[in-house]
Amino acid sequence: MPDTLPSASVGLVTPQRAHFDTPLELACGKHLPAYDLVYETYGELNDARSNAVLVCHALSGHHHAAGYHHLEDRKPGWWDAHIGPGKPIDTRRFFVIAINNLGGCHGSTGPSSINPETGRIWGPDFPLMTVADWVNSQARLADQLGIERFAAVIGGSLGGMQVLQWSLSYPDRLANAAIIAATSKLSAQNIAFNEVARQAIRSDPDFQEGWYAEFDTLPKRGLKLARMVGHITYLSEHSMGAKFGRDLRTDSLNFGYDVEFEVESYLRYQGDAFSTRFDANTYLLMTKALDYFDPAGEHDGDLVRALHPATCRFLVISFTTDWRFAPARSKELVDALILAGKNVSYANIDSPHGHDAFLLSNERYDAALSGFMNRVFRDIEREAE
Amino acid sequence: MRADLALIHNWIPQGARVLDLGCGDGTLLDALARDKDVTGYGLEINQADITTCLEKGINVIEQDLDQGLANIADNTFDLVIMTQALQVLRRPDRMLDEMLRVAQECIIAFPNFAYWRHRAYLGFKGRMPVSKALPHAWYDTPNIHLSTFRDFEQLCRDQGHSIIDRAVGNGEHEGHWSSRRWPNFFGQVAIFRVKR
Repeated sequence: MPDTLPSASVGLVTPQRAHFDTPLELACGKHLPAYDLVYETYGELNDARSNAVLVCHALSGHHHAAGYHHLEDRKPGWWDAHIGPGKPIDTRRFFVIAINNLGGCHGSTGPSSINPETGRIWGPDFPLMTVADWVNSQARLADQLGIERFAAVIGGSLGGMQVLQWSLSYPDRLANAAIIAATSKLSAQNIAFNEVARQAIRSDPDFQEGWYAEFDTLPKRGLKLARMVGHITYLSEHSMGAKFGRDLRTDSLNFGYDVEFEVESYLRYQGDAFSTRFDANTYLLMTKALDYFDPAGEHDGDLVRALHPATCRFLVISFTTDWRFAPARSKELVDALILAGKNVSYANIDSPHGHDAFLLSNERYDAALSGFMNRVFRDIEREAE
Repeated sequence: MRADLALIHNWIPQGARVLDLGCGDGTLLDALARDKDVTGYGLEINQADITTCLEKGINVIEQDLDQGLANIADNTFDLVIMTQALQVLRRPDRMLDEMLRVAQECIIAFPNFAYWRHRAYLGFKGRMPVSKALPHAWYDTPNIHLSTFRDFEQLCRDQGHSIIDRAVGNGEHEGHWSSRRWPNFFGQVAIFRVKR
C-alpha cells in the first residue's frame, strides 16, 4: 500500500461505464442485443482528438491498466510500469483508454451478467467472443468518445492479437500498432495448454456445466489448476529456477504430498488467489478467443494476403525467453508484414522473465517502446502544424 | 554524414525501395527518406541503434545478417545497401548472392585491407594493422573477413555479378587523382555498386 502515490503514477482513477443499445453481431452468428463496457482513461484528450491510445488487455487482464482505485490498493493497474507521466506511454502526451473486454468478469457485459432475454444470468450461454468481435465493440466505444482515429493501439499477448485485428478491421482508425509478445495464430502446443486449462475447469464438479452461480458454487479447484498450468507457461525455466530453485519450505523432506518445495507453494498460492477473483466462464471464453484467432484463416492461410488492408505503422516486440508466444512467432508476423510491404519495426528484447516479461519494466523494452511512442507523438504534433 | 554514406546517398535514385543491411542508427535511411522519398527497412542487431531508429521512425528489423535473408522474397527491393558489414559476416560470398536475389542491384562499402597504411603497418611493423578504419586488435576484432578492392572484384567475377561503379570513400586521399587511379593502394574504404 503506498502512503502517497508515486509521482510517475496516473494517481487515483475511477472506472467508467458505457452502455450500448445497438445489437452487436458476433462471429459465432449470435448477437448481443445490448451491452456495457467498463473502461478507464488516463491523460487528456487534446482538442484535435488526435492523441488517443487504446491499450488492449490479455487473458486475465481488465480495464484497470494504471494507477490506483483506492489509496489502500496493494498494487496499481496491470500495466502501470508502462503507462503514466514520464513512462513509455506518457499520459502527459496521450489520452489512454483501457477497456474490459466483452465476456470479461470485471464489469463489462459477460457470463456473470443478466441475459435480458431470459432474465437469468448468461452463464455458459454467453456467446463465444472472437478477437474481431472485441475490436468491433471497442470501435463503438471510440465512436461514443468521439475518437475517429487512434494515434496508437497497443497490447501484449491476447492484447497484441486485438491490435493486429484493429489494423485489419479498421485500417483508417489507427496510425500506429504495437504488438507485443503476441502471434498471428496460436500453435498446436498453445491450444493444447488452453485445452488442459478448460478441462480442469469443466471437470470440476462445482462447475455445474457453467451454471455454478445458480448452484451457489464456485469451480475453485478447476480454476486453480487452470491458472497453475497457465502460470508455468508464462514464466521461463530460468526465471522459475532463479526464483525458487529446489528450495524447500521445510527443513527436510516430509515424504508426503503436502507442499514441500517453494515452487509448489507459489503455484498453489497463485492458483488459490486466482480461483476466487476470476470467473470460470470468462476464462473459458478468453482461451477460446485465443485459439480461434487466425486472420490468415480466411485467406487460405496466407498471412501476407490477410495483412493487405493494414495501413498503420507496426512495432512488433518479442522476448527472448518467452516460449508461450515465442520470438519465432513474432518474427513470422514481421516477415509477413515485410512481404506485404507494410511499415514495420521489430525488437527481440533480452529478458529472463518468459511471457510475463511484457508486463514488466525492462530497460531496453522501455527504451524501445518510448522511442516508438516519442515518434508517434512527434507525428501528432506535426499533423497539428 | 560519414563520407561513404554521403557518396552512397548520391547514388540512390528517387523513390527507391531500399534494404539497408546493418543500418546502424538509421542515418542513411533517414536522410534518404527525407531527401529522396526512399522507403524500405534497415536490419540491425545493435540494441541502442534499434531504439534510435524507432525514435526516428525508421523501419528497423532486429535480424542477424549471418542468418541470411531467407525471410525476404526475391526482387522485393530496388537496391540493397551494406556499409561496413561485409567484413564481419561469416560468409560474405553468400551474402552477396543473397543481396542480388532480393534486389537487382546492391551497394557495398568495406574497409580496403590493401590501403597503403595497412600495407606499411604489416610490412614494416610485421603486425596486423590497426587504424582508424580498423581500430580493433587481431584477437577481438569483429572483422573476420577483410578483403581488398581486387579481392572483391574477383569475387564478383567468380559469382557472375557485374560491377557498375566503384569509388573510394572516407580516406585522406578521397577524391584525389591518386586514389582514383590506384584505389587498391590509396583507398581506405572501398565502395562498389554491383548488379546481377
